Amino acid sequence: MAEREREATRPQGRVFHARAEVMDEAGVARALRRIAHEIIEHNSGLGDVVVIGLQTGGAPLATRLVELLGEIEGVAVPYGTIDVAFYRDDISLRRVLPEATDIPLDLTGKTVVLVDDVLYTGRTVRAALDALADHGRARAVQLAVMVDRGHRELPIRPDYVGKNLPTRRDEVVDVSLAGVALGELSEEGGAP
Amino acid sequence: MRVAGPPARDHLLSVADLGREGIDEVMRLADSFKEVSARPIPKVPALRGKTVATLFFEASTRTRLSFETAARRLSADVMSFSASTSSLEKGESLRDTIETIDAMGVDAMVVRHRSSGVPAQVTAWTSAVVLNAGDGQHEHPTQALLDCYTIREALSERGGGEPSSDLSGLRIGIVGDIRFSRVARSNVLAFSLLGAEVTLVAPRTLLPSSLEGWPAQATPELDSVLEELDVVYLLRIQTERAGQVLLPDLDEYHSRFGLTRERAARLKPDALIMHPGPMIRGVEIAPEAAELPASLVTRQVRNGVLVRSAVLFRLLAGPGRPAVPTGEDPVA
Repeated sequence: MAEREREATRPQGRVFHARAEVMDEAGVARALRRIAHEIIEHNSGLGDVVVIGLQTGGAPLATRLVELLGEIEGVAVPYGTIDVAFYRDDISLRRVLPEATDIPLDLTGKTVVLVDDVLYTGRTVRAALDALADHGRARAVQLAVMVDRGHRELPIRPDYVGKNLPTRRDEVVDVSLAGVALGELSEEGGAP
Repeated sequence: MRVAGPPARDHLLSVADLGREGIDEVMRLADSFKEVSARPIPKVPALRGKTVATLFFEASTRTRLSFETAARRLSADVMSFSASTSSLEKGESLRDTIETIDAMGVDAMVVRHRSSGVPAQVTAWTSAVVLNAGDGQHEHPTQALLDCYTIREALSERGGGEPSSDLSGLRIGIVGDIRFSRVARSNVLAFSLLGAEVTLVAPRTLLPSSLEGWPAQATPELDSVLEELDVVYLLRIQTERAGQVLLPDLDEYHSRFGLTRERAARLKPDALIMHPGPMIRGVEIAPEAAELPASLVTRQVRNGVLVRSAVLFRLLAGPGRPAVPTGEDPVA
C-alpha cells in the first residue's frame, strides 16, 4: 500500500534513490506510538477528535495512528482522508490527479488532527486547511507529521513531529510505515 | 493526489482526443467531483481566476447549463454567448465573433454549432482551450463521457467494489437516428474504446450509409437483439435533421423501434435504459418505460455536471501554454 502510494507521488520517469536510512520500521512505529500518546495528553482524551490523513503520504500513517489511539484509549476515533488537489496554489504549475477525499462526518465543533508524511514548504497544509473548512467549522485543527524537513514558506508549524530532519532543498524524503529514507530523485535507470 | 503524466491534449474536440486512458482519467476526476457535489457547499477554488465562455450557436439548454454549472463549481467565471442575441444577427462573421471574445481574455471556449468541424476551426482563431459541446453530425464528446460514467457508476453500485472503466463483455445497443447523430458517433467511439460491444439499431434509412470506421455492428431489427442487450441507449428522432423523407411515420417508428412497455418487459432483468435527452415520450420510449427503475436518464443529467467539471479541470488546471517551469517539487 505505502509502496504504491509512494510510487504514485513521484514525478514521472524519475526514481527515488535512498542515500541514508533515517528511521527504520521500529523507529516509525515508536514515533507513531509517542504521537498517539501526545494527542491523547494534549486533548485530555479523545472526545471530539477526528483524524484526517492527507492524500497520499499521510493516509497510511493516519490509519495506523487511529489503530494506536484505539488500542491505547479503547475508543474508535473517526477517521477520513482528504486530497488537496483542488485547493493548491500551484495548480497552474503542474498537473495533478486527486485521490479520494472521504470525510464521513461534519467537522463542525470537532478537533481535527491532520496527518501528513512530510512537512516541507507548508503549502500542502495551507491547502488542506482550506479544504477542511469546506467540511465544517472545526473547533481546532492540529498537525501531525512524521518528518519536519524545514524550508517553510508559510507561517505553519506542526503540533506533533516524528522526527526533525534538516535537509537540502534538492533532497527528497521518503516516508512509509516501513521507514524513513533521505535521498534524491534521478532519471529512471540512471545513477543518483 | 498524484502528479499526473504527460500534459492533456490542448482541446476536447473528439472522444478520440482522449483515448482509453484519457477517458479513465476523466472518470476518476469525476469521482472526485461527485464527492464535492455531495457537500453542503459544492464548490472548490481550483479554477479561480479562469474564465470559461459558453458559445452556443445552436439551441440547447441542458448542455449549456451543465457546462456553466460545472465551471462555477470550480470557481471559474462564466461568460455566456448565444447566437440569437449576438452581433451574428447583424451579419458579423463567426471568425470575428470568436476573435472578439478571445480579445476579452477567456481561458476556455465551449462551442456548440450546427455545422460539423466548427470547434476545430475555432481553435485556429483563439488561444483559449476549445471544448466541443456538439458540432453538427460530428461529435458530442462530453455526452459520451457522461454516459460512460453513468454506466460505470451503475455497474459498480450493482457489483460492489471499485468502479472500473473497463466495459468489456458489455453489449450496448444504440437505437434510433444513428445517421444524423453526433451522440451516436461519440458514444460508439467511447464505448468501444472501453471494450464494450456496440450494436446500432435503426431503420436502414437512419443507419450510416457505410459502417466503415464505425467499431460497431448494425441491425434493422430491435426485437432480434433486445434480449441480449445490457444497455439500451435510445436516441431522439431528430425531426429537424431526418425530416419527413427518411422517416415517414413516427407511430410506425414507435411500434418497430420504440422501447414500449412490452419490450421493456423482455429486457434482461438488470439491463440499463439510457437516453441523452430531450426525450420524446411516445416516439423512442413509451411514457411508462421512461419511469422504470432501470432508466438512468436523471442520473445522466446529474453526471453531466461531474464529467464536465472533470474535463474543464483536466484542460484548464496544470501548466498552460507556454509551459511554466515547475522548479522543485513542493510535495516531497
